[in-house]
Amino acid sequence: MSAGSGSLPRYIGQRVLLVIPMILILVTVVFLLLRVAPGDPVTAAVGGKLDPQAIALRRHQLGLDQPLYVQYFEYLKNVVTFNFGHTISDNRPIIDVIRDNGGATLTLTLGAFIFALAIGIPLGLIAGRMRDTAPDVVIRIFGVVTYAAPIFWTGLLLVILVAPTGWPTYDIASPETKFLVHPITHVLLLDCILQGNIPATLDVLQHHLLPCLTLGLLLCGVFIRLVRVNLLQSLQGDYVEAARARGIPEKFVIRRHAFRNALVPVITIIGLQVALTMAGAVLTEKTFNWPGIGNQLVKYLDARDYNAVQGLVTFFAVVVIIVSVLVDIVNAMIDPRVRY
Amino acid sequence: MLKTLLAPFRNTSGLARWILVAGLVITAVFLVFAIFAPWIAPFGFNQVSANGHAFPKMAPPSSEHWLGTNDQFYDILSRVIWGARTEVIVVALSVALAVIIGVPLGLISGFVGGWTDRTLVLLMDALYAFPSLLLAIVFAFLLQGPLGGGILAAALALTAIYIPQYFRVVRSTTVSAREATYVEAARAIGARNGTIMGRYLFGNVIQSVPVIGTLNAADAISTLAALGFLGLGIQPTQAAEWGYDLSRALDDAAAGIWWTALWPGLAIVLLVTGLTLVGEGLNETVNPTLRKRRLRDFVMPTREPSTTLARGEVEV
Repeated sequence: MSAGSGSLPRYIGQRVLLVIPMILILVTVVFLLLRVAPGDPVTAAVGGKLDPQAIALRRHQLGLDQPLYVQYFEYLKNVVTFNFGHTISDNRPIIDVIRDNGGATLTLTLGAFIFALAIGIPLGLIAGRMRDTAPDVVIRIFGVVTYAAPIFWTGLLLVILVAPTGWPTYDIASPETKFLVHPITHVLLLDCILQGNIPATLDVLQHHLLPCLTLGLLLCGVFIRLVRVNLLQSLQGDYVEAARARGIPEKFVIRRHAFRNALVPVITIIGLQVALTMAGAVLTEKTFNWPGIGNQLVKYLDARDYNAVQGLVTFFAVVVIIVSVLVDIVNAMIDPRVRY
Repeated sequence: MLKTLLAPFRNTSGLARWILVAGLVITAVFLVFAIFAPWIAPFGFNQVSANGHAFPKMAPPSSEHWLGTNDQFYDILSRVIWGARTEVIVVALSVALAVIIGVPLGLISGFVGGWTDRTLVLLMDALYAFPSLLLAIVFAFLLQGPLGGGILAAALALTAIYIPQYFRVVRSTTVSAREATYVEAARAIGARNGTIMGRYLFGNVIQSVPVIGTLNAADAISTLAALGFLGLGIQPTQAAEWGYDLSRALDDAAAGIWWTALWPGLAIVLLVTGLTLVGEGLNETVNPTLRKRRLRDFVMPTREPSTTLARGEVEV
């Protein structure tokens, strides 16, 4: 390792600079796929409803009658300013769609990570601690099955099980809550808390349970596997051996020395899970009729709205890249070995 | 030929062999469903009446409809069995296409190098960095227009997300094999680039493709189901598809109708698990670093000089 190459600011700088070409390429791929494809977006979305003049007018408004490279640079300019254009089918600014529905997706994914960690880490530790015994086998099978099960099927089964108890099984809040709480931050849970509305907060939290648990179950398998393997490795480490040699009771050896080191790579894995989480969120949102961006994407896919699909997919891709980089940076702060 | 096919078995033991066998059995059952669907399934995948009377709507499991019927009057058992055929065709088609396109591209890119390589790597990395379901959604969305919501459109959408994986693996093996002595030797005897790639490199870089193929197949089942669930997969009139059936089950789940949701999902879980187990099992046999070494006692011949008269162990 040469002097200086391990400094944190430099590492952060490098990672951030690398984001720009990645986003540029992704944005270009999305653009090319959706614009070079045959067929006219306006006709696809609203054909049959409007006469040819009106369609031509809409094409002009959306800039679709411009040469492709002009459209491309226009699109790049818009992405930089986080302006993703307007939807074709209902002529809404796409940034509004993201603002109004982003909060629901945000709380869903954060909640899912809480569940995934709360389930995955203890199970992984138990499985690693009790290697090759019955609990280990059961936990590993649990991990494989929750990962293999389609998320919408897990969700459906949970709905079937829970619905008879009267617990809310779809949407983010009851109609009363939605009516009473006016948007401040556009994150419903936060708005409820900010307005001091305790019943509404509880209502929203109740609605979060099933979707977050469903998405969390998908993610927890990865954590189980990772924590288990890491624990097995760290139990063989020299420092564990050294701790034992010093006469530290086994209980403390495991808790203080093995567990802690087994948990370090979890943060890295969170970064790698962001793409899976986003895909999972789209499916979870459709399953629970959750008012997030994923559900909007499904709606616009049905409407064959090219602009909306392009904008929302670009947004998802950009979020995945940015979050991955942020996790990398946090990781580098915690573990100096990452920075090389 | 038989010997090569059986190699994975001979190379494994204990748990690894059980994993492989369990995976193969599950996969084989679904393959049987897929091939013999017309004979095994009691009804057609879009049949709504038999012997002159219509099927009931959302009927619970009964002697007539073992797994019940769904909201479109279809027999669920038949949909599950016919669904296996759809999954197998789509997955086989998409994995085969991804291999056919990805492997040569990786080979050429790694061997030729230069600008071709750089451009291809950039493109493939961009596709690879994209969340795969979103990429499949975009492709399915685009292909649905010109190709209709059929098997081909679904298979092509999946192909697009798997090409980069083969490309990356084959390219990196090619880059490291390019400088190997046997390639140098081939060049020295005047072999042309095409010959080197086809005769010398191909056989060496293709090794890891079966493992990726099986794991991709497992992933392709989930992705196809996800596309079907989102309404971007195969239209119900064209073929039975488990993901689509689950999307239909959505509205009735809260009303306690469990049989429309349970079976198609169970089929997905089983097939995905089966294929994953096969992939893991193959990986352990193909990848020697994961394989546990089995040691067998070996007695040296006695008439040699006394220094080699040792009881040694030899890896088999």
